[in-house]
Amino acid sequence: MAQANSKEPKNSQKRLFLGVLLIPFLALLTALIVGAVVMLAFGDDPILAYQGLFQGAFGSGRAWSVTIRKMIPFILTGLSVAVAFKAGLFNIGASGQFVMGSVCSVAIGIHFEGLPMIIHLPLSILSGMLGGMIWGAIPGLLKVTTGAHEVIVTIMMNYLASLFAGWTVYAGGTQGQTPGPLWDRTARAISETPDVFESAQIPWLFGPPYRVHYGVFLALIFVVLVWWLIYKTTIGFEIRTVGQNPKAARYAGIRVEKTVVLTMGLAGALAGLAGTIETLGLNHKFAPEFGGQVGFDGITVALLGQTHPFGVVIASFLFGALDAGAAKMQFESGVAADIIQVIQALVLAFVAAPLIIKALFRLRSSGDEEHATKLNTSWGGS
Amino acid sequence: MNFWSRTARISVCLTLIMMVMAILVEITPLGENPWMRVFFGVSALNLTLRAAIPLVLGALSGILCERSGIINIGIEGMMLAGAFAGFVAKSSTNDWPLYASLLYSVLVALGVGGLMGLLHGLFSIRFRMDQIISGTVIIILAAGLSSYLYDRDAISAGKFTPIPIPLLSEIPVIGPVLFDNAPITYLALILVFVVHFAIFHTRWGLRTRAVGEHPRAADTEGINVNRQRYVNTMMGGMLAGLAGGFLVLEAVGQFQEGMTAGRGFISLAAMIFGNWTPFGALGAATLFGYTQALQNEFLLAGVTTIPRQFVSMLPYIVTIVAVSGLVGRVRPPAAIGKPYDTEGSK
Amino acid sequence: MSESAILEARQISKYFPGVVANEDVNLSLNSGEILALLGENGAGKSTLMNIIYGLYQPSAGEILVKGQSVRMHSPRDAIDLGIGMVHQHFQLVPVMTVVENVMLGSESVRQGFLDRERVSKRIKQLSQDYQLEVDPTALVEDLPVGIRQRVEIIKALYREADILILDEPTAVLTPQEIEGLFSVMDLLRKQGKSIIFITHKLKEVLRIADRISVLRRGRVVGEATPLEATEPGLAAMMVGREVMLQVDKKEAQPGKPVLQVKGVEARDDLGEICLRNVELQIHAREIVGVAGVQGNGQTELVEVLTGLRKLDQGTLRIGGQELTNKNPREITDQGGICHVPEDRHAFGMVAGYSVANNLVLNSYYKPPFANGVTVRQEAIEQHAEVLVEKFDVRTPSVQTSGGSLSGGNQQKMVIARELSRPIQLLVAAQPTRGIDVGSIEFIHQQIVAKRDEGVAVLLVSSELDEILALSDRIVVMYRGSIIGEVYGKDATRQQLGLLMAGVKSTLTEGLD
Repeated sequence: MAQANSKEPKNSQKRLFLGVLLIPFLALLTALIVGAVVMLAFGDDPILAYQGLFQGAFGSGRAWSVTIRKMIPFILTGLSVAVAFKAGLFNIGASGQFVMGSVCSVAIGIHFEGLPMIIHLPLSILSGMLGGMIWGAIPGLLKVTTGAHEVIVTIMMNYLASLFAGWTVYAGGTQGQTPGPLWDRTARAISETPDVFESAQIPWLFGPPYRVHYGVFLALIFVVLVWWLIYKTTIGFEIRTVGQNPKAARYAGIRVEKTVVLTMGLAGALAGLAGTIETLGLNHKFAPEFGGQVGFDGITVALLGQTHPFGVVIASFLFGALDAGAAKMQFESGVAADIIQVIQALVLAFVAAPLIIKALFRLRSSGDEEHATKLNTSWGGS
Repeated sequence: MNFWSRTARISVCLTLIMMVMAILVEITPLGENPWMRVFFGVSALNLTLRAAIPLVLGALSGILCERSGIINIGIEGMMLAGAFAGFVAKSSTNDWPLYASLLYSVLVALGVGGLMGLLHGLFSIRFRMDQIISGTVIIILAAGLSSYLYDRDAISAGKFTPIPIPLLSEIPVIGPVLFDNAPITYLALILVFVVHFAIFHTRWGLRTRAVGEHPRAADTEGINVNRQRYVNTMMGGMLAGLAGGFLVLEAVGQFQEGMTAGRGFISLAAMIFGNWTPFGALGAATLFGYTQALQNEFLLAGVTTIPRQFVSMLPYIVTIVAVSGLVGRVRPPAAIGKPYDTEGSK
Repeated sequence: MSESAILEARQISKYFPGVVANEDVNLSLNSGEILALLGENGAGKSTLMNIIYGLYQPSAGEILVKGQSVRMHSPRDAIDLGIGMVHQHFQLVPVMTVVENVMLGSESVRQGFLDRERVSKRIKQLSQDYQLEVDPTALVEDLPVGIRQRVEIIKALYREADILILDEPTAVLTPQEIEGLFSVMDLLRKQGKSIIFITHKLKEVLRIADRISVLRRGRVVGEATPLEATEPGLAAMMVGREVMLQVDKKEAQPGKPVLQVKGVEARDDLGEICLRNVELQIHAREIVGVAGVQGNGQTELVEVLTGLRKLDQGTLRIGGQELTNKNPREITDQGGICHVPEDRHAFGMVAGYSVANNLVLNSYYKPPFANGVTVRQEAIEQHAEVLVEKFDVRTPSVQTSGGSLSGGNQQKMVIARELSRPIQLLVAAQPTRGIDVGSIEFIHQQIVAKRDEGVAVLLVSSELDEILALSDRIVVMYRGSIIGEVYGKDATRQQLGLLMAGVKSTLTEGLD
């Protein structure tokens, strides 16, 4: 291999930088183009659709508020998945952790009437984060003690979480099943919790009709916190080393097992926080249909943001915009909002396999495919 | 892997016990106990089979794919795609004779499933995408496309109806359960045998297993590793598509957005719990189907106050336990998840 | 012996980027004979065999089988021509049976289904004919290594191979199993099969071969027959006579013992014993070189010393402290040991990290690099600047990723990290493998400098030149134990070559 001379590093640094920015940008662009092709193929008008999309995301103060509102859970679930990726782990359990976060935060929020907000709100938030943390740590623990692959365990735990949550708010069956502990007695046949007390609600930054709450700052604070943790602390150093080269990490004396459990717990706490903020800031109660797709959204956002906290914010903004504009797009152009999901899948595909973009645009391979984090493959087990 | 692997043995035993109990419950005073009827009544058996079929097909799909070394968590997406495609085909051929329309729809479901399988293969092999992410892409894509293209006004007229097998379906109690079913159900059960024999007794199966366990050894014998994987992934996709076709064309009769409802993931669990063998998968699928049936039975019979959500948790907990190796070891194909590099040898 | 060669390689050359694997190799194999191919690691034997088996294409030259010039594009072609290979690392699928493994790729089919019966019968036949007893229904993973090898041989015979290539077949066998293998080879020879037998072990060659070819650095350097050859003669051909490296080095003045290893026994990743009753002492201000062909336990010895592998028996003391089976961080900190690993990419560095971060891989949590939990990047980078200067690591900046440095600079980086701590024992495994000459010189100087500072040095290398140039004392490992010991200044390549090839003779001087 040739010796690096002083000119090359600037070039290679620049190339790396461009690569990191270029691929996500190209991915999104290509996805939008392919999405347009799909729309054309099925008789829809992509220009009209994208116009409506833009309107719905940025066209008015109301639109912006929706975009920002939608952005918040993406940021946190994106952080959750990104943090796990940094340790070489695949957290598909964000939606389960999200749900547990919601439930746990609501559990505190609907009790303790009369507690001052300065105690009640932080307590509820912490409770939600704790719920998510536990829900994330369990798969981590199973992985280091039994080798069980975190993908299948977290997927199963997603279902367990939604079933558990369903039970807590169950309105009671006609066949004698008693209502769940968190159920709203005044809601009769509807399975949901009562509203959280005002002292546990996240206050509005801009009230209705904008409905943007302080949760957005909380999310951004955590972005900075996570960034600091991952890149500026010894713990972050350990996490990244384990993710990049577990053997070298072990040799360097790092306790790999401890790091894995810690990281999954952290990821769980972040996803739990996402659920907490949505519940305490927006809905002010919990209903079981809550959750669902957030896990996959988090994965897409994390990868689009190149698993870096700041990248995640940008990616969340873009996806928040997509999500916000969807309804308007459907209204203006008649194109079903679900096309956004198709675009999301395409973005994920293009970001996860730079080779596709390179093949499409006939870019030269820079040999830098290694910058994709190595994930532990195989199901473990034996 | 011999025929009588541990899980297959257990599931055969359990099934036999079930059937015996079912007979007893029907014809003896045992049937007066409501608990007995809940656990072993004919209705439970019927529900079990109904629930198990898509899981079996999904698990077989996973087996074909993973045995050749490609992780496939996208079964959920392939199933949904097959369901949707089958629905579109059926509702656009309502004016055909029923059976022609249904048959055509099944073929379409198979075809679309196969396409999704091919896509997964392309992503994983040609573009070296992380295979789990590739599966994720398939899931999101299928959900998005099916919702996007779904015409809520479309209806499919008619579905597969049960065809009793003469003589066998007249066996008391269990006859109607096993031998009075619709075509895809029979097909699924037959496929378990077919896939088993294919994997363990044909040349294709031997090569598949080699490619999934030790691709270099296969390569040195002149076997084209990647081609084997493409073929398997496509066939796996077809089976998942068939599972989706079952849901629309036999079970429900219509399409609903997100109707697969996690069956693809439970199929994964069935595949793992069954140790990547067809009969093991059948046993596991039956077990999972049984828990779903029990959930309904509990509700209908009103026998207990155990929250039904907890009963529903059973399949998922069992899966976690299985994957953690707490009930004996599960052994995935050794070379799974790693793209094969022919460059290495040249 | 028939006159017409059944297999011939003419002027075969094979070039990889930056490496000459084979050059102008001429080889001929006659029908019904065993040709031994002798050479050290890296001599080019495996490459040559891979060419003959169709896994590689030669850069130049031609192959003739039964007098016909052939072009082989894949192992299939070789198999069709009657060439079979028994690989050093078995190409067997562990979870499948013997029958399934043997027929993979050449399956016997009846009415669409695998005909296991027929294959099983044929295997039993072959077992009888060639004394290769094997249970066709057994799972390969249940078979001991010696029996697995029989399966590999049967695989080749099943495909009607007339020419068999055995690549280091005795590397994994016990002495009894080696005897068994030799009688099989004899039988095969009597039945008219032709065999190429690759090895680095002289005694075996003299015992079983009809003719011998010796490869060194990609070329054929000698041919002989067992009748004419002597062990010293062969060893000389294998390792060469010239001393190529000179290192400026004062006489050693060994101090107190630093490393004391007694009765160590350990197992490798497959569960086989890889270290047998190893006993070793290294003193301060002394460089002990561990010579030996790779695969004789050196790697595992280093792993045991650095805490990466458990030892089943025996003790490890460093600086008088009992450190048997402690974890890496404890051994590093308490033992004052530092390790330049054989595979820097696996253990020594993180390719994605900057040079600066790599330089604090095992000290990032200590002040001044960390303040409690916070990492102090400026301190890390300052530290890196100093080290990069001192150890001549050529990098555009300390923020450049470790993976983008050249091999030599990566190694210097790892060494910089390891040598910049206060240590009493330096373990260097293959420290200059794959590195440019300039860096090699520098690294050697650093090692000697450390010795002079009072450090005890363990140097493991498969490069005899390096061992001879640097060591004050040399031990040779063979089959998991130390087979001999020589003083550095008295040692000759010949002596070492013999020891490495398993020959303990009266020519070698022991120390006690």
